[in-house]
Amino acid sequence: MASKKDFVKFDKVDKSYDGKILVVKDLQLDIAEGEFITMLGPSGSGKTTCLMMLAGFETPTNGEIYLDGNAISSIPPHKRGIGMVFQNYALFPHMTVYENLAFPLRVRKIPKDEADKKIDKALSMVSLQGFAARMPGQLSGGQQQRVAVARSLVFDPQLVLMDEPLGALDKNLRESMQYEIKHIHESIGVTVVYVTHDQSEALTMSNRIAVFNDGKVQQLSSPDELYEKPVNSFVAEFIGENNTFAGEVSDISDGKCKVKLANAEILANPISVKGKGEKTTVSLRPERALINPSDKMDNIHNGKIEEVIYHGDHTRVRINLLGNPEFILKIPNSSSNLDIKLGNEIKIGWNSDDARALDPK
Amino acid sequence: MSSENKQILTTDGIPLEVSLKKAEKKNKVKAFLLVAPLLLFIIITYVFPIGDMLMRSVDDKMVTEMLPKTYKSMETWDGEELPPEEVFEAFYFDFQKLIEEEREGKLSTQLNYTKNGFKSIIKKLRRKSKSFEEGNYKEQIMSVHKRWADVEYWRAIKRRAPAYTYQKYLKGMDMFENEKGEIVNVPEDRRVHRILWLRTLEIAFFVTVFCFLMAYPIAHLLATLPMKYSNLLMICVLLPFWTSLLVRTASWMILLQQQGIVNDFFVMIGLVSDDNRIEMMFNKTGSYVAMTQILLPFMVLPLYSVMKTISPSLMRAGKSLGGTPFIAFWKVYFPLTIPGIGAGCLLVFILAIGYYITPALVGGASGTLISNQIAFHMKSTLDWSFASAMGLMLLSGVLVIYWLYNKLVGIDNIKLG
Repeated sequence: MASKKDFVKFDKVDKSYDGKILVVKDLQLDIAEGEFITMLGPSGSGKTTCLMMLAGFETPTNGEIYLDGNAISSIPPHKRGIGMVFQNYALFPHMTVYENLAFPLRVRKIPKDEADKKIDKALSMVSLQGFAARMPGQLSGGQQQRVAVARSLVFDPQLVLMDEPLGALDKNLRESMQYEIKHIHESIGVTVVYVTHDQSEALTMSNRIAVFNDGKVQQLSSPDELYEKPVNSFVAEFIGENNTFAGEVSDISDGKCKVKLANAEILANPISVKGKGEKTTVSLRPERALINPSDKMDNIHNGKIEEVIYHGDHTRVRINLLGNPEFILKIPNSSSNLDIKLGNEIKIGWNSDDARALDPK
Repeated sequence: MSSENKQILTTDGIPLEVSLKKAEKKNKVKAFLLVAPLLLFIIITYVFPIGDMLMRSVDDKMVTEMLPKTYKSMETWDGEELPPEEVFEAFYFDFQKLIEEEREGKLSTQLNYTKNGFKSIIKKLRRKSKSFEEGNYKEQIMSVHKRWADVEYWRAIKRRAPAYTYQKYLKGMDMFENEKGEIVNVPEDRRVHRILWLRTLEIAFFVTVFCFLMAYPIAHLLATLPMKYSNLLMICVLLPFWTSLLVRTASWMILLQQQGIVNDFFVMIGLVSDDNRIEMMFNKTGSYVAMTQILLPFMVLPLYSVMKTISPSLMRAGKSLGGTPFIAFWKVYFPLTIPGIGAGCLLVFILAIGYYITPALVGGASGTLISNQIAFHMKSTLDWSFASAMGLMLLSGVLVIYWLYNKLVGIDNIKLG
């Protein structure tokens, strides 16, 4: 069967807790079957509320959510058959790992031998065979996390929700768990809706990312597109590092525009500006600007090195460029970069395609 | 490894263990001094009185000390027939000494406890013994009253010989030791204490059940409501706690009496007719109602403190995994509150089992508990040794419950806050 494009559908969903402020505004979101979609955003942006509405712990104030074509707003959580991994794992502390995993199977009245097979399979999926008799309190954070993942998958749900599941783990463990969850998703093809505020987590794991801010989806696209082609300055700021110039469009033609800054003019790629005189913020990724550029680049300017920070594999250089004292450059560490010294004047260049003229902040 | 066997030395050459002990000694002394006042307090106000109570409840030295010579001479008497002349002689001399010290009245009271009929014959012996001649005391004493020639009475005296006795405990269980030394029940119409023990257990049990049924939802609300409502509710729970026990009991009297507010209300809505008002006080109902209300906070607080620590995401997890709200509650939430239930029930049960003022005021005849009986013997009959015995029986009952609880649930599972 071909996978459905709108396996989960948020249709004009509004949510308000107090009747005054909308936490989620007019949300329109389709999630395809088998997709790994991440809701990314700062805290208070409405992403967790969306997840809770999907799980059934909150009801939409307005609009409807569809799961596999059926409206689910009036279905209580325990009848939705959605697996969920909670922020602090929410393992039942008085039950062994086995009993934790058996819980969803028992309430579904699955016979014991079949349940045992499913539990074995789920535990081997997260490589925790032999831990069935342990209590959750005897496990490390990473192991508890795996049990939580296994428990959410053991009853073969079509949809699994994960609410910042890796937030409590240390950095190394978090990274290895990211790959593990991604591999599990790829191997069983379940649809995953993942909520996080960690952008690198979102970029590593997802098929698509929905960036939330202020109760709205700002951009919904694949990780690379999100990073390379942000559609507004919030997304550009939120995902990765970003250099900005605030200015005014002075000319626009042939898919290029001239932006007048305080004391200079740069060429940029007009994304959300339409005509002359509009205020804009030009966004440029640090790795897209080069020092000592070839003449082919259509933006070349001089800047003064203010700070040099050594990062092991690369060096970050802060430059005062065109009135922006916070312009950051990333330079791979190789023997050729000898003239990067504090106070030196250097030439910086970039292509106007990479400098995206977005909405003013 | 070789270092395991070798003694580790500090840089000064002192063995590390010695040095560590020295360094920690100061802290230990400090810690002990900090708890010393409390320790002293506990010894003075708790260990010592309980020890004294224990002594008092088994103490039977009074008669032993009053008749030292008699008991000495009785050692060889087998108790089958009347004792020999030496016993009568020794008894006469002991008795004369008591008359000199004017203590013969106490002896008659004490012996009368053991066997009825001693009071009058001792009085008579006192009068007649003034004119006794030296020698042949057996004949002279037996001629005072025919009971003095009855071997039963001498056996009764001998029974009081040991300095310690468990008679008071038997009495507390409505039993006694008869002339043959067998432990038997008192006649049915005189059994008071067993009924009281059972009633105490029954009332304590049901008060605990009622408290649990009422406190569980309240504690759950307290733990889950938003702060501003839960604070208000908490004050409502604690407010009675801050009111004097007597005031609360008295207000129940106002509410529950036959001309009281509750009955007035029932009459008003036509539930009962005016001349048929419900008796809700001076019986078990009164004890149940008032004690449940008074002990409720002791159940709410431990439950609340446990429920507060249960993450709401656990219930959500239970539901998202397919459990109905009831299953999620019963399989996930409820088992996690067991430490609080245990603590609350134990606390309420133990408090209820020794409750005194409230049953005394609203319990009436059918609602009084064993503690009221203890108080009665302390204040009215002045039989302190009996009161002590019953107090210790109550204490050991509580200890048994505690032990049972520890066996079943484990005391380290308890959570009071």
